[in-house]
Amino acid sequence: MVTLTVNGKQIQAPKGSTILEACRLNGIEVPTLCYDPDLRLAGSCRMCLVEVKGRPLFLASCVAPAENGMVVETESTDIVEARRVVLELLAARHDFNCQTCEKNGDCKFQDYCYQYGVKESRFTDGGRHVYPIDDPNPFIERDYNKCVMCTRCVRACEDITNARAINVENRGHKAKIATAFDGDLADSPCVFCGQCVMVCPVGALTSKVSAGKGRAYEVEKVVTTCTYCGTGCTLELNVKDNKVVGVTSNRSEEYSPVNKGALCVKGRFGWDFIHSSDRLTTPLIKENGEFREASWDEALDLVATRLQAIKEDSGPDSMAVFTSARITNEENYLAQKFTRAVLGTNNVDHCARL
Amino acid sequence: MGKEMRIVLRNADKIDPNSIDDYIKAGGYRALEKALGMERKALIEEVKKANLRGRGGAGFNAGMKWSFVPPAEVTYVVCNLDEGEPGTYKDRTIVQKDPHTLLEGMAICGHAINSQKGYIYCRGEYPYVVEHLNRAIDQARRKGVLGNFDIEVRMGGGAYVCGEETALIESIEGHRGEPRFKPPFPGVAGLWAEPTVVNNVETFANLPEILNRGSEWFKAIGAASYPGTKVLTLTGDVVNRVAIEVPTDTTIRQVIYEFGGGIRNGKKFKAVQIGGTSGGFIPESLLDTPIDFDSMRGIGATLGTGAVLVMDETRDIVDIVTRIAKFFEHESCGKCNPCREGTFRNFEIMTKINRGMAAVQDVEKMSLLCKVMQKACLCGLGQAAPGPIVTTLQHFRHEYERKLLA
Amino acid sequence: MTNSIGELEKDATGIFVIGSNTTENHPVIGMKIKKNVLKNGAKLIVADPRRTDLADLADVYMAHLPGTDVALVNGMMNVIINEGLADKEFIANCTEGYEAMAEVVAKYTPEYVEKITTVPAQDIRKAARIYAEAEAAAICYAMGLTQHSTGTDNVKSVCNLAMLTGNIGRPGTGVDPLRGQNNVQGACDMGGLPVTYPAYQAVTNDAVREKFEKAWGVSLSPNNGLTLTDTINKAYEGQMKALVVIGENPMMSDPDLHHVEEALEKLDFLVVQDIFLTETAKYADVVLPGATFAEKDGTFSNTERRVQRVRKAIDPVGGARPDWQIICDLATRMGYPMQYNSPEEIFEEMKALTPSYAGMSYARLEGRGLQWPCPNADHPGTPFLHKDGKFSRGKGAFSAIEFKEPRENPDEEYPLILTTGRSLFHYHTGTMTRRSSALDAHKPEAELEINPALAAKMGIQNGEKVKLSTRRGSLEIKANVTDILAENVVFMTFHYHEAAANWLTNADSLDPVAKIPEYKVCAARLDKI
Ligand SMILES: Cc1cc2nc3c(=O)[nH]c(=O)nc-3n(C[C@H](O)[C@H](O)[C@H](O)COP(=O)(O)O)c2cc1C
Ligand code: SF4
Ligand code: SF4
Ligand code: SF4
Ligand code: SF4
Ligand code: FES
Repeated sequence: MVTLTVNGKQIQAPKGSTILEACRLNGIEVPTLCYDPDLRLAGSCRMCLVEVKGRPLFLASCVAPAENGMVVETESTDIVEARRVVLELLAARHDFNCQTCEKNGDCKFQDYCYQYGVKESRFTDGGRHVYPIDDPNPFIERDYNKCVMCTRCVRACEDITNARAINVENRGHKAKIATAFDGDLADSPCVFCGQCVMVCPVGALTSKVSAGKGRAYEVEKVVTTCTYCGTGCTLELNVKDNKVVGVTSNRSEEYSPVNKGALCVKGRFGWDFIHSSDRLTTPLIKENGEFREASWDEALDLVATRLQAIKEDSGPDSMAVFTSARITNEENYLAQKFTRAVLGTNNVDHCARL
Repeated sequence: MGKEMRIVLRNADKIDPNSIDDYIKAGGYRALEKALGMERKALIEEVKKANLRGRGGAGFNAGMKWSFVPPAEVTYVVCNLDEGEPGTYKDRTIVQKDPHTLLEGMAICGHAINSQKGYIYCRGEYPYVVEHLNRAIDQARRKGVLGNFDIEVRMGGGAYVCGEETALIESIEGHRGEPRFKPPFPGVAGLWAEPTVVNNVETFANLPEILNRGSEWFKAIGAASYPGTKVLTLTGDVVNRVAIEVPTDTTIRQVIYEFGGGIRNGKKFKAVQIGGTSGGFIPESLLDTPIDFDSMRGIGATLGTGAVLVMDETRDIVDIVTRIAKFFEHESCGKCNPCREGTFRNFEIMTKINRGMAAVQDVEKMSLLCKVMQKACLCGLGQAAPGPIVTTLQHFRHEYERKLLA
Repeated sequence: MTNSIGELEKDATGIFVIGSNTTENHPVIGMKIKKNVLKNGAKLIVADPRRTDLADLADVYMAHLPGTDVALVNGMMNVIINEGLADKEFIANCTEGYEAMAEVVAKYTPEYVEKITTVPAQDIRKAARIYAEAEAAAICYAMGLTQHSTGTDNVKSVCNLAMLTGNIGRPGTGVDPLRGQNNVQGACDMGGLPVTYPAYQAVTNDAVREKFEKAWGVSLSPNNGLTLTDTINKAYEGQMKALVVIGENPMMSDPDLHHVEEALEKLDFLVVQDIFLTETAKYADVVLPGATFAEKDGTFSNTERRVQRVRKAIDPVGGARPDWQIICDLATRMGYPMQYNSPEEIFEEMKALTPSYAGMSYARLEGRGLQWPCPNADHPGTPFLHKDGKFSRGKGAFSAIEFKEPRENPDEEYPLILTTGRSLFHYHTGTMTRRSSALDAHKPEAELEINPALAAKMGIQNGEKVKLSTRRGSLEIKANVTDILAENVVFMTFHYHEAAANWLTNADSLDPVAKIPEYKVCAARLDKI
């Protein structure tokens, strides 16, 4: 353990912790933009700066090791002044339109501007770069006019997905996030997993499928298991007005043991079939080769009588049930129980092999 | 003209730089032999005692730096020959005039940290230096003087920031030349995550003589806290635009007037910028400061790489600083927010001032920005970039005020 | 999977991927494998007729001809035995049947296997050495290994390989089938199989049957039931009268759709319970609208045997009902009352009859879920099976397996090998993904992968429509010219009803044991239109 003093309070943290980790462990919040515990550290946004007694420079707490006896200030006048300047510099390149932004209410930049009272930037004289918002892919909106250059997307793409589809292009203030030839994602090694969307702290990368369907503070997040492949990734269904309006990641090890928030394109962007207009919403009975709508009572009675009759006429083994690799365990249990106990046959199978 | 004291340039213009035999005849590679006969610990101790401080800008005690290298199977010695500062050519001069003194120095370091492999990271604009070095390395290999230590030359990527030691390492590894955060320092996790010592050419070039003559001899030369000599390159409005090597207790005035021969064309002195593009501007009143690291820092300036840019009375300070701001706007790697955006905005505001379109509020916000950058940027580039603005606002504020709107 | 997904990211120092396009079909597992290779330097061996994303990353990539897996694996074992790389201690202590296996494998020299598989002998050697020398080597496979007339043999072969090198029962080792669908594992665990009750308890075992008869209060059939493919065949022969299909789409997913179509038409009564009017549902007499995973509570069991919660997020859309309720209603109407207030109550009943799930409860599944076996309420679950080489039936049995040719081989009339599979952007028969706006917008059309040499020979341009035929039928499809497969192999997915691959595949070539159709190999012909 190391013991240090933060904002006049003695705290302890395991040896090897960064100052940020030590602070958070002790309930002291320090603002961060580029820090992400699951990614390679960058130490580049300089939001998490702290003042350490005896050090001539501010330290980025996300990468600076906590040392015994350190005396740290996280919100001193100088630090607050520095943070404000950093925020103002970012604000000067930012296309603020929170009112229509997907991330309104769930945006770190917005939060910090609010927290540090940055209403406008003093550094806007030379204007800002204007980037076209024109990637035609159907999954991810890329609006670099809102980018804070934290490079979390780049690191997520490399560290989690290992796709290396995007990187920092150009130097200095011309630096921006781009694919190898600054083209569309579809022409890069991108696999549209949306890990970049997951980690983006602002509204620069958002889901096109969810666009306009609800803000973070309007939705309820229901933790569940993905319906596609057998990996069993945990995801959160975002629900607004009894409708699924999006999928987000649950990044805790505790709730997302398999994937820790990582998803693939199907899990993250393939959910709006739920509200497809093709959904069956009422039982159908075929009459003279045509389907007609029917009530549940009518349909269930018909099925029950027909099955009962066939069982009596031709025996249980003339019937079979295909249960499903898609439905729940409970339903599979009931389906085989139904086949065996009610129909009286072991003719039950599913497409495990197909 | 004042008298130089040559340690690193001791063989300059005396031996044929293309001949290893000449170097050996002049006493070369004896220091290495001596070092190889020493315990690593003792060797490091000797260098530490000499208080040889880094000549690349940061002024860190070289022996101390080496002593941080933990025991490891693979370690690297890296020589910084990026020399990206405009107006600086001292490292190139040393290498061109006496390449073996660098190789010998690196091999001494190699023994101290138990390394078998050295890299020289050479500025991209110096392809002929690469050739020259490769020839020297080849000779040394064939003579077997380096023992089991081998040296490879790598060509730099051309960006100024690649001279920063961690960006340099990234660049050797084949990545985008961007600085890493520290710690971990290269001494613990550097090239390919292995312990790595990065030193400047001039630092290495001092080593043979320190070993030959002993740390006590070296310590007695120049300023007590930064002993030895410093190679300086004189440029600008000075009569003699030359490279000189002088003891570190030499004053700026001596440098300009005794070695530099004074101001050109009989003009009057206005300012001198020492240490490269990010160096502070020094007015007449501070010219009696010795050039050593700590004295320079004491007046808010830097020794840096030892570039000395002299400006006469006709020079427009604001215009010069604007051009410096443009340099940093261009050279910021873009990794960290305060530097990427800050250098851009500094240049913007300086341009506005220079064009006579700025008000005093603009100067104030630029001062604030500079103050934050100095403490908040990730690497030395961003931290030092505001230096010229800050020092000129301090010593030449009237030149700004002349250009401000009422 | 005998082992856990997380082990592929950190514990395995060697990974052998055969018949799995992991980065497309199990993308998140693919990411972990890539990470292990790129960041930790794990060695990777890939065997696949198509040069997949992982193949590009592999230390050895073997493009064996479809259907030659047994020969390939026997070849690797031949090298391992001859070069003394086998784990003799493990073989002696934990296995049986080594001699017979070794005898068969003896003739599969790399040179001999090269002739069968087209894989260069030195690659087979290299792969064998990498696998055998790795400290902890895992094998991952998927449908590319199983969907063959020799699917069971293929699986036994890779088990042989793992046992031969002692790569079982330790973290990072094991034989890991990657299950294709969210709950295949669960459907099998729950007894959705014609021969077993939940937890693989045989329906023919009297004691087991009595247990279930007592629990369910009825007498139960002692006879094995019919598999899915046999059911279709029986229906085709007119011997099947009624079929209830819950969330399956045989009219897309089963081989030789002409055959399936006729079979379904011959049924007296077909009930389909699904969320969409699938290709199969169109043939139904009654269609019952079920609920999606977002509309109900329950559990899924993933490929690493981890049982995790599914949670209701919204009410069923329109008049749809959760499938469990539909089944309960039907049973009740047929005179067998099934009444549960919630899926949790079903779970409680199930676990009492399912030893491997016995220790689980919804409360315990909160959070990380549990990996079966979890026999009692204090058991922490089982991340990897066969710990220390202990197999459930005592010793691990080697199988002596000879290579057999696929059932349908190319000939003059049908000179190509058609192989089928899935793509990253769609899932199975496309019922969900084709109706997911973004996925369908991105990949709206079926494509046939054709080698450039073949395309050039036939004058086919990239993107051009071509006609693909087999003995079962033909369809039109867009050509995608790519060098990731050999000149005599073509590949398409089975996601698109507009060009459903299974009009072409073969219903006759089944694996004799598992009854898996040979989706990965059939003889085909390509024509310009
Ligand atoms: C922007 C920047 C550029 C630098 N350029 C050089 C250079 O060209 N040559 C050099 O030796 N050191 C340069 N440095 C200093 C190196 O980071 C490092 O401190 C030095 O190589 C260490 O060697 P020394 O201890 O021998 O001085 C630069 C530093 C910064 C921040
Ligand atoms: S990214 Fe954040 S700050 Fe920017 S417009 Fe969106 S919500 Fe507002
Ligand atoms: S979607 Fe995935 S692959 Fe594409 S850029 Fe984002 S992180 Fe990388
Ligand atoms: S796009 Fe988002 S995640 Fe990527 S650098 Fe910009 S702000 Fe950060
Ligand atoms: S200070 Fe400038 S050069 Fe250094 S890391 Fe930051 S952006 Fe790059
Ligand atoms: S959070 Fe520490 S530098 Fe970005």
